[in-house]
Amino acid sequence: MSGFKKAFVLVAALGLAACSNTSWNDAGAGGAGGSGTAGSNLDPASPAYFQETIGDRVLFLIDQSTLNPEAEAILQGQARWLTSNSDYVVTIQGHADEQGTREYNLALGARRANSAREYLISQGVAGSRIQVVSYGKERPLEICSAESCYAKNRRAVTVLAGGLTG
Amino acid sequence: MRRKLTALVASLLLAAPLLTSGSAALAQNGPLRIEITDGVIEPLPYAVPDFLAETPAAADLANQITRVIAADLNGTGLFREVPATAHISTVSDFNAPVKFADWKAVNAQALITGAVSVNGKQLTVRFRGYDVFADKELGAGLQFSGTTDGWRRMAHKVADAIYSRITGESGYFDSRVVFVSETGPKNDRRKRLAIMDYDGAEVQYLTNSAALVLAPRFSPTGDRVLYTSYESGFPQIHVLDVGKVQRRVLSADNGIMSFAPRFAPDGKMVVYSQAEGGNTDLYTMDIATGSRTRLTNAPSIETAPSYSPDGSQIVFESDRSGSPQLYVMAASGGEARRISFGKGRYGTPVWSPRGDLIAFTKQNKGRFHIGVMRVDGSEERLLTASFLDEGPTWSPNGRVIMFTRETQGANGRALLYSVDILGRNLKPVRTPDGASDPAWSPLQQ
Repeated sequence: MSGFKKAFVLVAALGLAACSNTSWNDAGAGGAGGSGTAGSNLDPASPAYFQETIGDRVLFLIDQSTLNPEAEAILQGQARWLTSNSDYVVTIQGHADEQGTREYNLALGARRANSAREYLISQGVAGSRIQVVSYGKERPLEICSAESCYAKNRRAVTVLAGGLTG
Repeated sequence: MRRKLTALVASLLLAAPLLTSGSAALAQNGPLRIEITDGVIEPLPYAVPDFLAETPAAADLANQITRVIAADLNGTGLFREVPATAHISTVSDFNAPVKFADWKAVNAQALITGAVSVNGKQLTVRFRGYDVFADKELGAGLQFSGTTDGWRRMAHKVADAIYSRITGESGYFDSRVVFVSETGPKNDRRKRLAIMDYDGAEVQYLTNSAALVLAPRFSPTGDRVLYTSYESGFPQIHVLDVGKVQRRVLSADNGIMSFAPRFAPDGKMVVYSQAEGGNTDLYTMDIATGSRTRLTNAPSIETAPSYSPDGSQIVFESDRSGSPQLYVMAASGGEARRISFGKGRYGTPVWSPRGDLIAFTKQNKGRFHIGVMRVDGSEERLLTASFLDEGPTWSPNGRVIMFTRETQGANGRALLYSVDILGRNLKPVRTPDGASDPAWSPLQQ
């Protein structure tokens, strides 16, 4: 199944990227690309599959809201999933790391969430299904004050809502 | 609910400067004087023997009031108390002549005496100030009356009067701070609004921690607070009546994020940020009618707006140049001029109540600073440096800045600090838990 293959490539790519970080063991938090494996036996229509196998989040560089190729690949997977699971709506949560003021980070999180939203729309997901919200630096996943944590906190997370099996 | 305090001011001459800012008339008060604008200040030694208890019920309060007055004055860094153990004279009669020689001998340049009486719930505090080395009274005596549960405020009012007489500027002790109280670990932080006296006493919680709340801001009279709440799931601006603890949402558009609100000096308009389509711009809203005006329209981030005290201009933060910098524009919008040109990133500008300075957060080389600059951007001065300092707020007299300092790492915690505008007297502000986003009220009436 091509979805599996795609996810596998994705995880591998992110695994490589993660080599520069010393603490990539983010199973609980999901992490970019998710912590699922290509051999996952999750129901492909389940939210768990969306979160873990496709990946529910994309990461950003410092102060940036542009999507890199890995992020675009994840969002392509999200868009395909949302197209075949049309009962779901999503809220994209934009986040920033703790470097920066509270207000600026709220605005930056809004930019990031919107980048992900625009990309999903470009992939055919109806804009009416996608809300965005920014948490700025208020909801860090990782709590160390180092780039290894900051890199995971600069994220846009696609949260599913609704759906018959949701 | 705030207890009522009626101030009966014995001297009309002194009543006005007590409640207004920066009286020039007081500058000719006499030789005893602290010029705060001078470079290095040697704190002025003063004595405040325990106020006399004129009724048996006043015994405890007389001591407590005296200690709050001393804490206010000592906390400025401008005054140094000559401890009671060094006193030669005792004051046993509020109306008896002062033995100046005894106070000169312990080098107390100022002397504060007072008397407290309690009748039922009624509390009366009288005080006098003396310029010891001039052998004379420092202004006329004053009397404050109110109820016993307002004793702290009366102590603060006495300290404000003393501060005002000696510095020639209005005080800041009878004021409050609204802030965000923080508990829980960094990745599960609970936040709720709280209000307290400026010195950390009398903490009251205004919201529960069910919804994330951020950045409360006082109205110009201190009766209302604007803040950002995620109660609906999206950041939206709420307004809260401090006395009644009633709140309502101001910006209720579903799915639209609004944040960083601040009152205009007229208390009727609010300037704030709204994010739509990922782009954050500045808007104003009339609180009564809800009608909105868009002030900026740019693809860059515009946020953290703050009015000049006369309401004619707005200073704000924008990354239109590529990094966050400070800009000033007319309150009606239009072209903005950049005022920050130093190295690093600038944010959260706040216009001082005197109108002469803008306080800001600066981020440079991995450190955060609280700083001040003139409104044209000149004479930038950094007052603090740490891993994370942000969100300055001005004391009502424009002399002291309170801000959030957060420590780094997994156990990082936010606390409130204050520093004066010359960068001196940096110290933590006591709060029961973690605390952030302070906003200082005007002097209470």
